[in-house]
Amino acid sequence: MQFLLAVEGAVAQGLLWSILALGSYITFRLLNFTDMTVDGSFTTGACVTAICIANGIPPVLALLVSLSAGSFAGAITGFLHNKLEIPEVLAGILTQISLYSINLRIMGRANQQLLQYDTIFKQLQNLLAEIGLNLSSDRVAIIIGLIFVTIVIIVLYWFFGTEIGSIIRATGNNEAMVRALGQNTENTKFIALIIANSCIALAGSLVGMYQGAADVGMGAGAIVIGLASIVIGEVILRRVIAFGSKMVAVVIGSIIYRIIVALVLQLGLSTNDLKLITAIIVALALFLPNAVSKHYAKKARELAAKETNDA
Amino acid sequence: MLIIENLTKTFDPGTVNEKKVIDRLNLQISAGDFITVIGGNGAGKSTMLNLICGVYPADGGKIILAGNEIQDMPEHKRAKDFGRVFQDPLMGTAANMQLAENLALAFRRGKRRGLSWGILEEERELYQKRLATLGLGLEDRLNDKIGLLSGGQRQAVTLLMATLNAPKLLLLDEHTAALDPNTAEIVLNLTDKIISEQNLTALMVTHNMQAAIDHGNRLIMMDKGNIIYDVRGPEKQKLKVEDLLRLFQELSSGGGFSDSMLG
Ligand SMILES: Nc1ncnc2c1ncn2[C@@H]1O[C@H](COP(=O)(O)OP(=O)(O)OP(=O)(O)O)[C@@H](O)[C@H]1O
Ligand SMILES: [Mg+2]
Repeated sequence: MQFLLAVEGAVAQGLLWSILALGSYITFRLLNFTDMTVDGSFTTGACVTAICIANGIPPVLALLVSLSAGSFAGAITGFLHNKLEIPEVLAGILTQISLYSINLRIMGRANQQLLQYDTIFKQLQNLLAEIGLNLSSDRVAIIIGLIFVTIVIIVLYWFFGTEIGSIIRATGNNEAMVRALGQNTENTKFIALIIANSCIALAGSLVGMYQGAADVGMGAGAIVIGLASIVIGEVILRRVIAFGSKMVAVVIGSIIYRIIVALVLQLGLSTNDLKLITAIIVALALFLPNAVSKHYAKKARELAAKETNDA
Repeated sequence: MLIIENLTKTFDPGTVNEKKVIDRLNLQISAGDFITVIGGNGAGKSTMLNLICGVYPADGGKIILAGNEIQDMPEHKRAKDFGRVFQDPLMGTAANMQLAENLALAFRRGKRRGLSWGILEEERELYQKRLATLGLGLEDRLNDKIGLLSGGQRQAVTLLMATLNAPKLLLLDEHTAALDPNTAEIVLNLTDKIISEQNLTALMVTHNMQAAIDHGNRLIMMDKGNIIYDVRGPEKQKLKVEDLLRLFQELSSGGGFSDSMLG
């Protein structure tokens, strides 16, 4: 029973964090851009929401403000890379580091509790209670997670099917070609960074409200969690190729990652070990597909050798 | 149609690697010209093409396209007038995107892109028809990722993409060099067909001297960043590979064609 509850919590967390993973998917996979802004923009999302809510701004509005703060963070990384010609990894790191200070400025301190305030989670819980539906906070979080994940996937699916979206995907494939087709690749990267970091800040905002607090350190390692979700999804749903299904795979990857974490915690490891465990999961998930294809390549060679001998 | 005046380009100026690659080059291309370009390795052929479409800026000189000076325009703003096929078959297409998506990207070359759908249903029919003209059976593979095609197939598609909307000038940089002789022949014939059907103006770099003689109405030979020989019409048609080799010996300042150029 206790484990089932832990799984419920894991699904809730997995859904909320999957929005971050979807944002990372845009930069890492579609744009082929190693965006390190993530840890900073995620925290910014949470901090902005916390301070808005603490100042009496309605939670839904706080969510939107966070989203635009995230878009701004992405724009800064884009500016550093495009206009100051700073290599992409460093551009992201610079934004991420400066966001640490900015996040402290936004909140005026290192963390902000939200327990005494209304969040969209509590609002929905109360709403459902009024119609006689008493749900645990994890179940409410699952509902909210599902709603937001669905909205994000639909919007991204639509956007990356448009002319602008297509040219962004092409930029990730072949920049020279995109320029030869008359598009400014600086613009396409800029737009993709903005969209990705908006998603990531949205995730930060939701996670902050779910946890009932924002903390300047909460984004540390978020980028690796996003990557873990992406690669787990890719390993498990290896055969899907359609864009929509790939996004669903990322969400499933994010949930599985949280379930693995829950399992590990059940085994008695502490939350302090999580970063190490996450790194191991990512390393394994990246290594396994290679190992599997090497294994099959070896089998194919053995078979070929056998056939030559037989002949 | 296109006039190049005193075009100059030096790579890595002020360093030990400083190299003047294009040296006060002049060239006038008339509408409908199909010019083949030959010259030794490092003669500056690719650099000339790259300067025309703005991959990097020229140091000096003018490039005038249909009366407008374009030498200071960024690459993406010039793109609407140029169709390009690169030497490397991987360069011209987006591997992870479908054949139809690639064509749709090319169909919108030089146009403003908005939030309407990236590929419309009626376009698919057009692409199917155009792909059928290649005679490679690609019309049934609209939904395949381009990365699944062979180099020759990709190059044929790139050619189609470059000419989907008739460009003012088509630039071909050794676009058959990476293909086997058979496929190279097919792509070259396609090139001829498309250029004559659409009445395009084209520059085609090649190391195959026979092809340079057989195709097009004009031939230029480059050496050390300049044009050392320019011939057209019947006089070009009469040329033989030996003539070109001899001319190169006489006109160039040393060096010589590599064996590969006997193609
Ligand atoms: N981006 C660059 N930076 C520095 N040097 C360059 C660059 N591009 C070309 N070069 C140099 O300029 C010279 C001319 O190169 P270019 O590619 O134009 O020759 P080419 O005539 O196309 O030769 P090939 O037949 O081998 O393709 C070469 O010496 C090359 O090393
Ligand atoms: Mg070249």
